Amino acid sequence: MIRFSHVVKEYPRTGLALQDVTFRVNKGEFAFLTGPSGAGKSTILRLVIVEETPTAGEVRVSGSLTSSLPRKEIPRLRRKIGVVFQDFRLLEDRTAEENVAFALEVTGAPRDAISARVSRLLTQVGLASKGTSYPKELSGGEQQRVAIARALVNDPVLLVADEPTGNLDDRATRGVFQLLRDINAAGPAVLMATHNLELVKRTDYRVIEVNRGQLVFDSAEGNGAGVVSTSTPT
Amino acid sequence: MRLTFREVMLGVRRSPLLSTLSVVTIAFSLFAFGLFGLLVLNVDRALRGVEEHVEIVAFLADGTLPEAVSAAMGDISAFPEVALVQQVSPEQALARARAELPEFQDVFDASFLPPSIEVRLKEGHRDPVSVKDVTQRIQTYPFVDDVRYGEDWVKKLYDIRNIAGAAGIALGLLFAAVAVIIIGTTIRMTVLARSREISIMRLVGATDGFVRRPFLVDGFLKGLVGGLLALLLTWGASSVISHNLIQTSFFDPGIATLGVIGGGIIGLLGSALSVGRHLRRV
Repeated sequence: MIRFSHVVKEYPRTGLALQDVTFRVNKGEFAFLTGPSGAGKSTILRLVIVEETPTAGEVRVSGSLTSSLPRKEIPRLRRKIGVVFQDFRLLEDRTAEENVAFALEVTGAPRDAISARVSRLLTQVGLASKGTSYPKELSGGEQQRVAIARALVNDPVLLVADEPTGNLDDRATRGVFQLLRDINAAGPAVLMATHNLELVKRTDYRVIEVNRGQLVFDSAEGNGAGVVSTSTPT
Repeated sequence: MRLTFREVMLGVRRSPLLSTLSVVTIAFSLFAFGLFGLLVLNVDRALRGVEEHVEIVAFLADGTLPEAVSAAMGDISAFPEVALVQQVSPEQALARARAELPEFQDVFDASFLPPSIEVRLKEGHRDPVSVKDVTQRIQTYPFVDDVRYGEDWVKKLYDIRNIAGAAGIALGLLFAAVAVIIIGTTIRMTVLARSREISIMRLVGATDGFVRRPFLVDGFLKGLVGGLLALLLTWGASSVISHNLIQTSFFDPGIATLGVIGGGIIGLLGSALSVGRHLRRV
């Protein structure tokens, strides 16, 4: 699903962000991506959603080599990846329904198929009654659920979540995390970047830890230092 | 297309002030262009009016037979450059002189004035070379004493026309370039105001074309509305000048329509440039 082979990412102004990072996330897998701020988690996620390409090495997502992907093919690949962010990134002037529908509309999906799918997804994330609410009328947890529904609307094979619970209280965190687990159980692989070690320790999902641009621990390999000792909780 | 228009309308609803500002900016930059166009149009028409007075006068020798004059006039009117040939008798020449020049008020005997033939040329043949060429051909008739066409005057007139034409094109291009830059910058503000939305669109898999389309339609429509406003302003300015200063001509409907469509195209171009640059960055 995701394959990083000896990936190096260097920015002209800030220097090396990733050094020789190699790992893979398999189909249907749930993996946490942990590490302190500035460790390289967001760079890895940006490489996965093809907002960046590696300086050296290879990134493959759903079989596509991102560095040689023609520009016009990138949107097609992104439709196979659902993305969720800490700050939700919802369009403030559109209702929950419209925010979710928007992700389908950009693909040119037929109009009548959109509304049925949107209401099914809002029901799935527990927001059936909030479809006509605007983001500012929803709580943080609810906004994140709308973002998750939007991420799922194109039936992705992979869900990438960048600190999805970073702005949420404990109760909302538990709810959103459970939702992500349910989604993963239904098929899509999930790669979730987080600082929340409580969440990581609560499950036996795979943990990939990065620090200073290097992969320092991968529970699937069982190498390096432990997740708890090297991570910086928020 | 339905989606594109919905996005355009959403953009206008979301930031009505910015949209109004864009249209007004486009209108004023096109208004400046329109005023300049009006100046060029009127200078050109004035010069054309003066040009119509370019004429060749062939003075005939005393005792020239009327048949020979008629035959020559037939020949001359067949020249491709010639629009009109007419004979002026000494009496007619005196009547004109009395009407135009006060010093002829007390002159009643026309016998000292020679008969003449006046030749007017068609549009496009009033340049110094053509005029001189026709003059030389007329001079070959044996009964023609002298031919005059105001050589210096025709040359000066033609130089003024050439300078006015070149200045018109150069300044016109400059005005158009300034309009494109101003409109491009205005539309860029709209694009920047919606950059978050663009990044979300791209995140959920929108193609560049899908992202670009509403901005292009938006730019075209704003350019069109701005063009219409500019036309109204130019018309108003033209009316005020005609009423208070000097009678001016206004663009004919074809040129006016072209101007408004031109506004739309400039808006489209400005949009395409701004969105293209922005898309490469996000």
